[in-house]
Amino acid sequence: MIFFQQLLNGLQLGSIYALVALGYTMVYGIILLLNFAHGDIIMVGAYVSWVVMSRLQLGPITAVFASVLMCTLLGVVIEKVAYAPLRSAPRLSLLITAIGVSYFLENGAQLIFGADGKNMNAIFSIPNLTIGSVTLSSTALVTLAVTIVAMIGLLMLVHKTKMGKAMRAVSEDMGAAQLMGISVNATISFTFAIGSLLAGIGSVLYSNIYQMATPTMGSMLGLKAFVAAVLGGIGSIPGAMIGGFAVGFIETFVSAAKIGQQSLSVWRDAVVFAILIIVLVVKPTGIMGHKVREKV
Amino acid sequence: MNGTRLVDFPSHSKIPERDIGVRPILEVNGLGIDFGGLTAVEDFTLTIGRTEIAGLIGPNGAGKTTIFNLLTKVYQPTRGAILLDGKDTANMTTVQVCHAGIARTFQNIRLFQDMSVMDNVLVGMHQSIKGSLASAMLRLPVYWKEEKRARQEALELLSIFHMQDMAGAQAGSLPYGAQRRLEIVRALATHPKILLLDEPAAGMNPSETGELMENIREINRRFGIAIMLIEHDMSLVMGICEGIAVLNYGRIIAKGTPKEIQRNPEVIEAYLGKGRGD
Repeated sequence: MIFFQQLLNGLQLGSIYALVALGYTMVYGIILLLNFAHGDIIMVGAYVSWVVMSRLQLGPITAVFASVLMCTLLGVVIEKVAYAPLRSAPRLSLLITAIGVSYFLENGAQLIFGADGKNMNAIFSIPNLTIGSVTLSSTALVTLAVTIVAMIGLLMLVHKTKMGKAMRAVSEDMGAAQLMGISVNATISFTFAIGSLLAGIGSVLYSNIYQMATPTMGSMLGLKAFVAAVLGGIGSIPGAMIGGFAVGFIETFVSAAKIGQQSLSVWRDAVVFAILIIVLVVKPTGIMGHKVREKV
Repeated sequence: MNGTRLVDFPSHSKIPERDIGVRPILEVNGLGIDFGGLTAVEDFTLTIGRTEIAGLIGPNGAGKTTIFNLLTKVYQPTRGAILLDGKDTANMTTVQVCHAGIARTFQNIRLFQDMSVMDNVLVGMHQSIKGSLASAMLRLPVYWKEEKRARQEALELLSIFHMQDMAGAQAGSLPYGAQRRLEIVRALATHPKILLLDEPAAGMNPSETGELMENIREINRRFGIAIMLIEHDMSLVMGICEGIAVLNYGRIIAKGTPKEIQRNPEVIEAYLGKGRGD
């Protein structure tokens, strides 16, 4: 029974990691940028939920829409202001800029909201499901269901629509895509919008679970999602999904495991980052990643 | 077709007789580009008729692909003007030039290798496929109708090269010759008025080249578009081109019909070097 509940916990945590990892992987796929500000978008989304629900006393539905919309806009604005001017700059400049944006958002939030956490109510409150002797967390079920719907939507978008085809074309060969009449700037903006929209959904789900917003909440979440994206194979959409769930499971099971009387939960972050090191050493392309094409 | 009479067109260029009276598709005047201190192309002036098949030849490094990059605005010209269908392209981007009617293929194949053959062609049709994101996500009837039309058109284009049965295959897995042909189909999918082919016969055997010549003629006739090709295979160039320009060290050294080019002493010298005693 405990195993089953832990499995569900793993799926819940994995869902969040997967949603965030998708944003990492899509942005990397298209402009080869590790967008380290991506996790902080989730933090901004959490504060938006808090402002809407606790300060403005508006309903949870408004909070969900405001939060997702704000995250999407923020992603697009960050790209336009911070990354677009560096389109032809070395990738390292872009990476450093991303770290700068991340600090800017964290410190901006601290300046506005203060360093202490802000508590909020659960966004959805549904009673837990009890089947026989097993109690299933409704929050976990909602999180998992929303994530699966978002992933199906994303796969349809990428494979069935012309914008999706444009995204794949730009990520394979930006120059050739332009010569086929595809606007690279519009496609990159669109990619950031979709990645940030998924982060917004992740933010709502995360706030619903932990019910608290702090200025630095996005950085650890972002790093774990980054590990998930690398494990799955950075640049690969199915890879980010698999990697997200894998990291979620591993973290949950390490937290729950015991050796004798000693709980291993303090080791969970260390184990996740050990995965990053192992993947980078053993198979840097990850589970679903492409072989790097040799340029002759 | 290989006896087309070229007639004088203002600005000391010649175009096929049948294209007189319609606006030339391309009028290039005094085009030049410098890379740092190096002049790669200088004073390139050429007019291409509405339905002409034109050739651009010259030794390696003469600047032929640079001309294609200038026409498609991959490079910004340092000097000169390009009129595409009468419109000045000076302030256009690569994307806008594509929408205005130039499409091209690449010397080293640049297909979207991980995508299917069909998707490669559909990417070419990006601009002409109507329908919003919402209609696509909600699977509205508009979306299905448009999707069906686009796929139908893509299959028709693929059928020029008898490739309709490969539509589901991954582009990168195709044999070399088929990849070259797919690049032409993808370029045609953008509905160009002029098609630029960069060494379309490279790596092909004589029988494949012969087939390609037929295909190029068919595209020219069926779509009524101009074709400009860079090619080293002289049987192809002399076989299908109506007007030929010869480039050496970034400058045009000769222009004319295949017959005129073959007899031109400067061209012979550029290709074979100066004879002893000359």
